[in-house]
Amino acid sequence: MIQNKVSSLWELSSPGRRAVLVPSSDVPPADLPLSLRRTVAADLPEISELDLIRHYTRLSTLNYSIDTRFYPLGSCTMKYNPRLNEQTARFAGFASSHPYAPEDKIQGNLELMFRLQEGLGELSGFDSVSLQPAAGAQGELAGVLMIKKYHASRGDTGRTRFLIPDSAHGTNPASVAMAGFTALELPSDDRGNIDLAQLKKLCDQSIAGIMITNPNTLGLFEEQILEVIRTVHACGGLVYGDGANLNAIMGVVKPGELGFDVMHFNLHKTFSTPHGGGGPGAGPVGASKILRDFLPGPVAAENSEGPGFTLLQPKESIGRLKTFYGNYGVLVRAYTYLLSQGGNGLRDVSENAVLGANYLMTLVKDILPPWYDRSCMHEFVTSGDNLPGGVHTMDLAKRLIDYGFHPPTVYFPLIVPEALMIEPTETESLEILDAFAKVLREIVRESREDPQLLHEAPHTELVSRLDEVLAVRKPILKSVISTG
Amino acid sequence: MSYIPHTADDRRTMLETLGLSTVKDLFTDIPEAYRYPELKIPDGLSEMDVKEKLSSLARKNHASEEGLWFLGGGLYRHFIPSVVDAVLSRGEFFSAYTPYQPEVSQGTLQAVFEFQTMVAELYGMDVVNASHYDGAASMAEAALMARRCKPGRNTIYLDEGIHPEYKEVLQTYLTGTDALLKEGPPGEDAACFITAYPGFTGEIKDLKSLGNRTHEAGALFIVHADPLACGILESPGACGADIVTGEGQPLGIPMSFGGPTLGLFATTKALIRKMPGRVVGQTMDASGRAGCVLTFSAREQHIRREKATSNICSNQGLLALAAAVYMAALGKQGIRETAQLIYNKGVYAASVLGSLEGFKVKTEGPFFREFVLTCPRPAREIADELQKKGIFPGLALDRFDGFPENDLLVCVTEMNSKDDIDSLAAALGEVSR
Repeated sequence: MIQNKVSSLWELSSPGRRAVLVPSSDVPPADLPLSLRRTVAADLPEISELDLIRHYTRLSTLNYSIDTRFYPLGSCTMKYNPRLNEQTARFAGFASSHPYAPEDKIQGNLELMFRLQEGLGELSGFDSVSLQPAAGAQGELAGVLMIKKYHASRGDTGRTRFLIPDSAHGTNPASVAMAGFTALELPSDDRGNIDLAQLKKLCDQSIAGIMITNPNTLGLFEEQILEVIRTVHACGGLVYGDGANLNAIMGVVKPGELGFDVMHFNLHKTFSTPHGGGGPGAGPVGASKILRDFLPGPVAAENSEGPGFTLLQPKESIGRLKTFYGNYGVLVRAYTYLLSQGGNGLRDVSENAVLGANYLMTLVKDILPPWYDRSCMHEFVTSGDNLPGGVHTMDLAKRLIDYGFHPPTVYFPLIVPEALMIEPTETESLEILDAFAKVLREIVRESREDPQLLHEAPHTELVSRLDEVLAVRKPILKSVISTG
Repeated sequence: MSYIPHTADDRRTMLETLGLSTVKDLFTDIPEAYRYPELKIPDGLSEMDVKEKLSSLARKNHASEEGLWFLGGGLYRHFIPSVVDAVLSRGEFFSAYTPYQPEVSQGTLQAVFEFQTMVAELYGMDVVNASHYDGAASMAEAALMARRCKPGRNTIYLDEGIHPEYKEVLQTYLTGTDALLKEGPPGEDAACFITAYPGFTGEIKDLKSLGNRTHEAGALFIVHADPLACGILESPGACGADIVTGEGQPLGIPMSFGGPTLGLFATTKALIRKMPGRVVGQTMDASGRAGCVLTFSAREQHIRREKATSNICSNQGLLALAAAVYMAALGKQGIRETAQLIYNKGVYAASVLGSLEGFKVKTEGPFFREFVLTCPRPAREIADELQKKGIFPGLALDRFDGFPENDLLVCVTEMNSKDDIDSLAAALGEVSR
């Protein structure tokens, strides 16, 4: 039988069926007062272990992933997730350790945190690092709050605005707003850099700082980065670096040396930890000397009174953003990667990521020209604006699915019409880059000859394009459970 | 070791295509004085060496699997059925990204959709989202949401019994607002009242009366509920909760030194558009086939930017999957039986430990999984002595400000046998003398 739909867990259920048996009680039963007891049982599925495994295995086959195919999703750095990382994170000493165990029983964890802090600091040129933020966006919030507290600590309270380039990730303005600042949009110039003249006009005593992704979301290194940083510093503002694109510059330049004051790392991107269908990630922050005391804590430190490691709260810390000490399991994976690559290896990663992106860009230049005609970093942005036959970037993206590729990022950054953002990463071979370029060429040809084929794509999946308007108008946010 | 596939020949081909002689030419936009800095990071190691190094670090920790374990305080040792890691280890799940292209992400989307349904069942709520970073971040986002729902009301009221670290996280998240954080019953300026179910030290409050009082004050009622406890306890939804947050770690997620864990977040239909985070909805394609998509994205930062409900972007998808597999594996009966077993063991432990000379159970009324045991001398001293023998009797509460030094928070789960509990009693009896 060909299944054209996947049954829900409840459709596979039958009253009384079990997967896991709970051990019988070796202590006397105790009565929960009737007033506290549940009146209606939670209607969880009742399913056998085999059916459960089949259900999730079936679902897994409906998922596109790095393990199955090429995933050139710009700004997301979908590189290979080494199996070694998975094994080390599952070592019982890590996976079964408790954050409130006494310090002498968690020395391995603290040492790992300390070494990872050191490694990230050295790679980025920052004085100190906190591993506490659970994701990039939480790292952003941490950094912006650190800048807020820094100004407050100096009695400099009139700085209410934060500069955000118009090409920025959406989380940047959202984080700034969460921290209580007003986001002020900064235009890009005709080479895709921050418009320096506009920046100079906007910089005054009301500016708390600027948030820059560098290389930026157009895949370009800011050509006047030193001048940008100098200008913001001159008006008393600080510079936040969104480290989403660190994969392009490891070992090639240190943001801290350029004058950035604080930056987050996306360990799930740059350090090869799995994205897990949306998470978990980890977003450590690195800070320069003037901001290190404001870092979220606790951070790992060498014990001043003897051998070993301890946890410290930075003196002027913005506080905690998360319970315990960050997404530790992700940190183990990232540290595993750091050790396996080493300094030279990380530099190789960036060089090859940038080489691969430029190669792919060159292969498709004539059909999908880069929006800015410069060499790119680890990703490049093109546009479907001039596709024939009324074909949109989204149509092209969906047609790629028919050819077995995951679509690149579409419609971001917002300043490029019909944007298509492609990031191959360093772990994809020459053969795959060639094959992808060939398919793009084929699809552009199809858009001329048979645009309808693209409008209706994808054709090969269990479902075709889903009605997102209907999803909002008539929300169905949980399964209908038919109790048998 | 390297994961880069390019051979020297491949690199030459690519450079030739680009008309360059060296890869360094691709980095000339970077100011020259800062290019190729000295990098004091040792060279990469082989897989064998990395594994040995990490394994030696892991051995410096004490795993909860060894010895007698009664340490909790917000992160718990529970049984994880084998199927959970089996499903999680499938690369199609763990190496996927946020499901932005629904046609090729139905696996993740349906798994999250079913996760939402199961959490909604446990909590008795209409809408569950696709997960926050951890319980504390969920609670903080709920407080921010309450302020959006109740404009002009600036105070977040907290019940006693909120985890001290949660309070710290709340404080940090509120830094960017003019909201105040207060402990006590909700006043006229209350945007919300937050209680924990069970509380930090295990006590089970009467939710219904707290909910009534909160609604009389015109505030939102936020319940931070343990999802496993909800296997036997009346659901927060049935007690009038407007928002339910929770820590999903007890649902099949290893402790991993405190993270990653799973923030749960649920609300009512009426408030869905104010809710932060990602939610999966079911819809149809042009041929009428059902499928799932990420929905209500108009609230999110990639559309609303600085006006978004939250900056949350990546979430805890893989851990939501773990929780889903756990809930499905235990099922309707198993979740109730597990919760009941934990309740039984807690009551037994309290009766045994409370009858030791010099010890007293301080927690009044019913509790779940944890209770406070007042010791005849500082709990930290007792814990330190026992831990040397591999017995972890609980959490000395003086770790946190404002708690008496003789109070020990004892955590008992389904993993503790009667023998374990009796051995703990014997050990405590000895060191107290």
